[in-house]
Amino acid sequence: MPEEKINYREIVTRGIWKENPVAYQVLGICSALAVTVKMSTSIVMGIALTIVTAFSSLIISSLRKKIPSNIRIIVELAIISSLVIITDQVLKAFFYDISKQLSIFVGLIITNCIVLGRAESFALANRPLASFFDGIGNGLGYSLVLVTVAFLRELLGAGKFLGFNIIPQFIFDAGYQNMGLMVLAPGAFFIIGLLVWLKNSLPGISKPETYK
Amino acid sequence: MGDLLSLFINSVFIGNILLAYFLGMCSFIAVSKNVEIATGLGFAVIFVLTVTSPVNWIIYHGLLAPGALAWAGFPDLDLSFLKFITFIAVIAAIVQAVEMVIDKYSPLLYATLGVFLPLIAVNCAILGTSLFMVERHYTFIESIVFGAGSGTGWMLAIVSMAAIRKKILYADVPKGLEGFGITMIIAGLMAMTFMMFSGITL
Repeated sequence: MPEEKINYREIVTRGIWKENPVAYQVLGICSALAVTVKMSTSIVMGIALTIVTAFSSLIISSLRKKIPSNIRIIVELAIISSLVIITDQVLKAFFYDISKQLSIFVGLIITNCIVLGRAESFALANRPLASFFDGIGNGLGYSLVLVTVAFLRELLGAGKFLGFNIIPQFIFDAGYQNMGLMVLAPGAFFIIGLLVWLKNSLPGISKPETYK
Repeated sequence: MGDLLSLFINSVFIGNILLAYFLGMCSFIAVSKNVEIATGLGFAVIFVLTVTSPVNWIIYHGLLAPGALAWAGFPDLDLSFLKFITFIAVIAAIVQAVEMVIDKYSPLLYATLGVFLPLIAVNCAILGTSLFMVERHYTFIESIVFGAGSGTGWMLAIVSMAAIRKKILYADVPKGLEGFGITMIIAGLMAMTFMMFSGITL
């Protein structure tokens, strides 16, 4: 049987931009925001989620013909939880400080809608390798949103970029102040709202949202 | 008693599980279109949280915490890394059991809540509450109060959001900001309002 040609590159980029999971599918907002006060935590969070999504899609897709459909959610959750446990242990072993800052949010990858959503909507119907790349694409798309929000919050809220001060002192002397709101929870909501607005208004890609 | 009341107020308003920790956003966005449905889901979340938080406390401190299995001859065993998978299984099992009990004894309530119960099993707020309960070293009683408080806070947020979105229907929202965008901005304004309570200590 001839292998049908699958465009892996297309699968990956689709997740990153065209069907970006946070902006278009309204998924995974849960844990997307609480870790975005600093760039470093959100980068680690993005990597962790990308790895979990990619491998859970790969495993679930490999098992897709073996999993009975009426208990598939439980099986999927068991696979995802095991991967999250491994990720959490690795983070604790090698990046202890960051894992302390991420606190419970690594565990919450389990209930992140993106992971289960990709498993349900893509991995169950596609080949393992395609599912793996789909997971990577969606994970990276999620990371992109996370890091953008974190960049804005860290820059406006603390005047820093990855922990370094980048706003020169003379601007502070001239009366500039850090925006305390950005460090707090409401800042994240506003930034996400405005980003969605920006993305919808960009020419060329402004597909009307299906979300009502 | 004062401590417990303070913990309750804190988990409802200041540390609101939804507006301060962003947990349970998926169903918050999806279900906040109709006040009645939001209320139904809110009650279901309060109920499930009040049950799962203490049950997970018992399981964590009885089986998983470091040294918890000393009675069985394993004083050095630390199974706390299993907490994610255990908690999610407990939550799914309890939600299933609650659904069956309600179906058997109160068909009327089942008709209202039934559709939401499966949704709750994968709600981040439920797992998040159990994980916070472990992380913050709550006692058994505190875990019940914290569960109930988080649930109440979540319900308060989703019902107010449903009411606001009903009014927003008549407003002239800029194109592109409609739907998801404006919902997030309203949530931000609500989060600011809830932070107003942060000076209160009892």
